[in-house]
Amino acid sequence: MKRVFAFLRHHHVAAYVSICAAALSLTTVSARGAENPPIRIGVLASESGTAAAAGHDMVTAWKLYWAEHGDTVSGRKIQFTFYDTGSDPARALTVARQAVEQDHVQMIVGPYLANEGLAVAPYAIQHEIPFLEPTVSADDLTQRKVNKYVIRVAGWTSSQPTHPAGDWAYDKGYRTVVTIADAYAFGYENVGGFNQTFTDKGGKVLKQIWTPLGNTDYSPYLSQIEAAKPDVVFVEMVGSDAVHFLQQWHAFGLKGKIPLIANETTTDQSNTRTLPPDVVDGIISFGHFAEGRNDPATQGFDANFAAKTGKLPSYMAAAFFTAAQWIDDAMLKVHGNVENTDAFLAAVRSVRLADSAFGPLQLDAYNNPVENIYVRRIETVTGPLAKYGKTWNVVLKTYPNVSQFWSLSPQQYLKQPVYSTAFQGIKAP
Amino acid sequence: MISRSWRNIAIIGVLLVLAIAVPRLGLPAFYVSLLTQTWIYGILAMSLDLLVGFTGLVSFMQAAFFGIGAYVVAIGATRYHFVDFWLTLVVAVLVAGIAAAAFGALALRAEDAGFIIITLALNEIVWGLAYQWVSMSGGDNGITGFLRVNVGPFHTTDNSGFYYLSLTALIICLTLLVLMVRSPFGLVLVGARERPRRMAALGYNVWLFRYLALVIAAMFAAVAGVLFAYYNEFVGPGSLSLDTTVQVLIMVILGGTGTLIGPLLGAGILVFLSNALSDITQRWVLILGAVYVVTVMYAPDGIVGLINRLAARARSRRELSLAASAAPAGAFNPRGGPER
Repeated sequence: MKRVFAFLRHHHVAAYVSICAAALSLTTVSARGAENPPIRIGVLASESGTAAAAGHDMVTAWKLYWAEHGDTVSGRKIQFTFYDTGSDPARALTVARQAVEQDHVQMIVGPYLANEGLAVAPYAIQHEIPFLEPTVSADDLTQRKVNKYVIRVAGWTSSQPTHPAGDWAYDKGYRTVVTIADAYAFGYENVGGFNQTFTDKGGKVLKQIWTPLGNTDYSPYLSQIEAAKPDVVFVEMVGSDAVHFLQQWHAFGLKGKIPLIANETTTDQSNTRTLPPDVVDGIISFGHFAEGRNDPATQGFDANFAAKTGKLPSYMAAAFFTAAQWIDDAMLKVHGNVENTDAFLAAVRSVRLADSAFGPLQLDAYNNPVENIYVRRIETVTGPLAKYGKTWNVVLKTYPNVSQFWSLSPQQYLKQPVYSTAFQGIKAP
Repeated sequence: MISRSWRNIAIIGVLLVLAIAVPRLGLPAFYVSLLTQTWIYGILAMSLDLLVGFTGLVSFMQAAFFGIGAYVVAIGATRYHFVDFWLTLVVAVLVAGIAAAAFGALALRAEDAGFIIITLALNEIVWGLAYQWVSMSGGDNGITGFLRVNVGPFHTTDNSGFYYLSLTALIICLTLLVLMVRSPFGLVLVGARERPRRMAALGYNVWLFRYLALVIAAMFAAVAGVLFAYYNEFVGPGSLSLDTTVQVLIMVILGGTGTLIGPLLGAGILVFLSNALSDITQRWVLILGAVYVVTVMYAPDGIVGLINRLAARARSRRELSLAASAAPAGAFNPRGGPER
């Protein structure tokens, strides 16, 4: 022990500093008023890190709703606090703890990324906090890991839009496909959904390419695709990967040569707004949101968001706006009494939006919306919104009321494992 | 000098009592959990300090061993259903030790920049495994679905129980590390850092000592990893990413290399500052960056180093004035001992 003290002797000032710091942190205990207390909502958004741009869209759209509709319910003020997840699951957990244990929020909305959502879900469930997820699309959260506290308000599962995509591609006459996607869960689930319905009908998967996240050079993969000579290519990319892929797809002259079907995120407004029109023009994609959908609810949201930010909304923005609408409805149903968690959860589950930025929405028995899936095509923006963007996704065809289980019953569907590199839903010919 | 050592005993006593009392002082549970994080990252940062500060090896693969510890917990509990804490801990430490034995054999073939690059690459390989071997590691989604287990007297399911577990682990690790760096083994490490050729000439196998330090540091990192996995009840590839490695390195440098207590302080500062700043502004990462730059510019030997320097200056000024009043000017050598 003597050695320990001898060692510490030289560091006694450091010890004083840490005592002071500890004492200081003790003084931050705060008191709260009790009369007509506000409803406290914790909003987890990735305001820094790799997904910072998406986080900003989410926060802006969330604020936009409450600015438009007033932030009181049944005489109670709605007090929302934003927590930055830093696009990192461990950090998302830390801020979720802060929200619950320090700020005593009564529900958590967000975060953005699938891995963040999967990390926070067990914590929210343990603490019996309603965990409302507008963007987290990891299939299992409303499938094999379904839980009453985890509800995707205005949300989706990764494979929900790509089931119709495989179906549509076969009907269109395509028989062979090469898939290219980011090598992580979101990519596996997107492509798995496509492959399952495409091969169910008799289509054939020639080759699957998984590219690392953050890749910038797709040329080796593009030559592999060309060599395979598929009828069609299915692509899933997120963020800057989507931008790089689409640029190179065009630059290598493959655009217009091989038909391309994209998932929702590849041609999301957040990516296409940075690309010249001739790079993205005419690309077909499948999504639960289409900013160019000719409908008052979507156009109204577009106009408000554009007026506020000067750009057209991404699906993340639409999701947080619609989630706010959904939660507002649910809080009204229980007259602002969110303290009764079970009643509030039941109210959230019973909300039906006749029309929203996404179209009509209501939950299935597994807490995931049954919703429209749109076959979308990138076209030049027309009408009053033309000054806010160059191109947008317009609706070619609507698959109404699509379930996360596609045409199967939940029991049948859940017999198969979640999509991964090992299971892609491919039916042997 | 005697009074100073008594004062140190008092300080350590007060700190210990304070650390033990914290969860009972009415501190919001969130701060207790931030302190828990500090203890865990503290162990990790101290383990790296053994390499950076004492052995002179700037290793960029400490996160790999931290992550290996964490993944042993998650994979063990979810795939092989072993949930005994002690068994898990022993397996984690052994696996990390074995990995370090292999990695060390590769990395220690080089020195300086070469060593850094090899360790960085090895860390990326382990990260790549965690990220891509989806059937084993859950890939990007990580692993959830395992729970904290009670350890002896610690009821880890509540925050304060886990706090005490981490604090106990920290104290044990700190004591072991202090004893180690003060032992002949630790002195050889420092000697090999300062004068590797002379140490070799004296008959010490410099390579072997470095190798052992690397393996031992990895084992401590794995202890932190085990605690981190139980604390979060979640493990993802982020825990062994390059980000984590760099963050721990910053903790060590910010606090002061070669001091052990400094990296612990650095861990606390990083954990608390990042949370406090992110409450205030979205640009918190930028501010943290500025803090690092300022630290490196004005306190290159870290916060503990800065404090020591200030204290030494104050002491020498005091002695100077003391001596000036006692002895005639010019006869005093403030450094003590002959000039070299």
